[in-house]
Amino acid sequence: MNDVLRVEDLHVSYRRAGGRVPAVRGVDLALPAGGRLGLAGESGCGKSTLAAAVLRLLPKSATVTGRVLLEGEDVQEMGWGRLRAVRWARASIVFQGAMHSLNPVRRVGDQIAEPILLHEKTTRAEADRRVAKLLDQVGLVAARAAAYPHELSGGQRQRVMIAMALACSPRLIVADEPTTALDVMIQAQILRLIGELVAEHGISLLMISHDLAVLAEHCDRLAVMYAGRIAEEGPAGQVFADARHPYGRALAGAFPRIGDPASRRGPRGLPGDPPDPAQLPEGCAFAPRCPIAVDACREAEPALIAAGGDGERMAACIRMDALRGAS
Amino acid sequence: MIADFRRMRAGMAGLAFLVLTALVALTAPLFISPHDLSAVFAPGMPRQAPSGDFLLGTDGYGRSMVDVTIWGARISLTVGLLATLLAVGIGALVGVTAGHFGGWPGTVLMRVTDWFLVLPVLVLATALASVLKPGVGTVVVAIGVTSWPTTARVVRAQTLSVEARPYIERAKALGGGHWHVMRRHILPNVMPLMLAQATLTVSGAILAEATLAFLGLGDPTKVSWGTTLQLARQVGAVSANDWWILLPPGAAIVAVALAFTLVGRALEQVLNPRLQEQM
Repeated sequence: MNDVLRVEDLHVSYRRAGGRVPAVRGVDLALPAGGRLGLAGESGCGKSTLAAAVLRLLPKSATVTGRVLLEGEDVQEMGWGRLRAVRWARASIVFQGAMHSLNPVRRVGDQIAEPILLHEKTTRAEADRRVAKLLDQVGLVAARAAAYPHELSGGQRQRVMIAMALACSPRLIVADEPTTALDVMIQAQILRLIGELVAEHGISLLMISHDLAVLAEHCDRLAVMYAGRIAEEGPAGQVFADARHPYGRALAGAFPRIGDPASRRGPRGLPGDPPDPAQLPEGCAFAPRCPIAVDACREAEPALIAAGGDGERMAACIRMDALRGAS
Repeated sequence: MIADFRRMRAGMAGLAFLVLTALVALTAPLFISPHDLSAVFAPGMPRQAPSGDFLLGTDGYGRSMVDVTIWGARISLTVGLLATLLAVGIGALVGVTAGHFGGWPGTVLMRVTDWFLVLPVLVLATALASVLKPGVGTVVVAIGVTSWPTTARVVRAQTLSVEARPYIERAKALGGGHWHVMRRHILPNVMPLMLAQATLTVSGAILAEATLAFLGLGDPTKVSWGTTLQLARQVGAVSANDWWILLPPGAAIVAVALAFTLVGRALEQVLNPRLQEQM
């Protein structure tokens, strides 16, 4: 078992006025060493909660059951000291919104050095040398270490965050929407940089985004989440090109494809809003928005079952055969 | 950073004045002998108007007002700075702790702060100064433990707003504990505020020292701006319009308080990179 990250039957719910609201409802995931897994879904589907659960960063109001294994060690059962030692040294996070993830009153070099000084017994001078090397790796000149965050552009700030994520040579990087609020050109640069760096260092990558096309390009496998559950999982290209779950299909169809005039003229949207996690419908959570739902869909929540692709693919839909006929 | 500060002209003027005052105060024993300040063997007649011998006249004992005012800076500055250090230290500790931990420890700390806040500072300081052994240390403690609540409240408010920023979550994600988060992330963000508070507190502390001394609660054997004013009142300088006895200590208090404020404002701009950018 050499999976860097294993999530087994993870449930997370938040305490709110008027009861508990489930955010993640039974998720299983496995990420092998050097693997790149993309996690897609709309806002509020539970993907960021899942990312936070990897390092046990959830607020106190969250209740977690199930297991999150980092290299075989259960994150839920670690003591406070052990947890602090594991954070960043084994798994680090590239947060969404680099602007706000950097302390505005401290120089970026000091902030990149922060995890190094926290986790390793090393001198300040040695840490500074490593910071210079890290900045070089992410394509910034070492002199930028003396800059304050507001002196950098959005793309440069995200590069700083990536350098920080690499600082302690982690086995896993969780990239939580690493390119929100960046323009398309910078987005492509940042994603390429992340891809190159994880490949070079043999780091596993869990990338979270709402953009299925981006994930399909940068990941080996794709998992699509809907209302706190995995709707579909499989090799990235197959899931993107030929989804087995109507939600995955809608998500893939929501982005026009270059070179395909039909998709450009009519990008297919998805009617309706994601369900309120506090009031999930009976049966399949997607049924109210699903174009091919039948009565059976509203009776029981479908389980994640094999969906072809030589046993590589899974989908949680009882109508996947009808879907294939419909396309 | 030093270069940035040099560009602030008001701050530099304030700093120059303070350095000059501090230098004069420190070197005062070199050119003012204990004999000059003796109440019994005073060099001149009481309440002499300014003349060639005494540029600013003499006080109620016949001591030169120039000497008395210079000597007074020693006590006023020492007490003002030490009391401020104590007050801002307590305030920052209480504020950051209450803001970072929140929950019941935070509530308890803030209720204690509120309690100190509604107590009239001067009355509390007077009570403390009269209960404790008279002396400079007592005045410092009396002013210090009564003037921290505003700093605590302001620092806590800022801590709460910093606490909600994503980089605090990031700091926790990279394995930082409470101490790390408070020292590396919260403290740098509340530092400009603490400095601003410190400058306000210094002025207040110097005033409070003068007030306590004026009320006769300072160290009666030491010459300070407050005791000088008290003596002026005792010998009837106020009703006799002996301006040369009242003006020098009063003007000195105002000038030093103003200089501290100017320096504080300039420092705040230098230390807060975003403020600097807006200039």
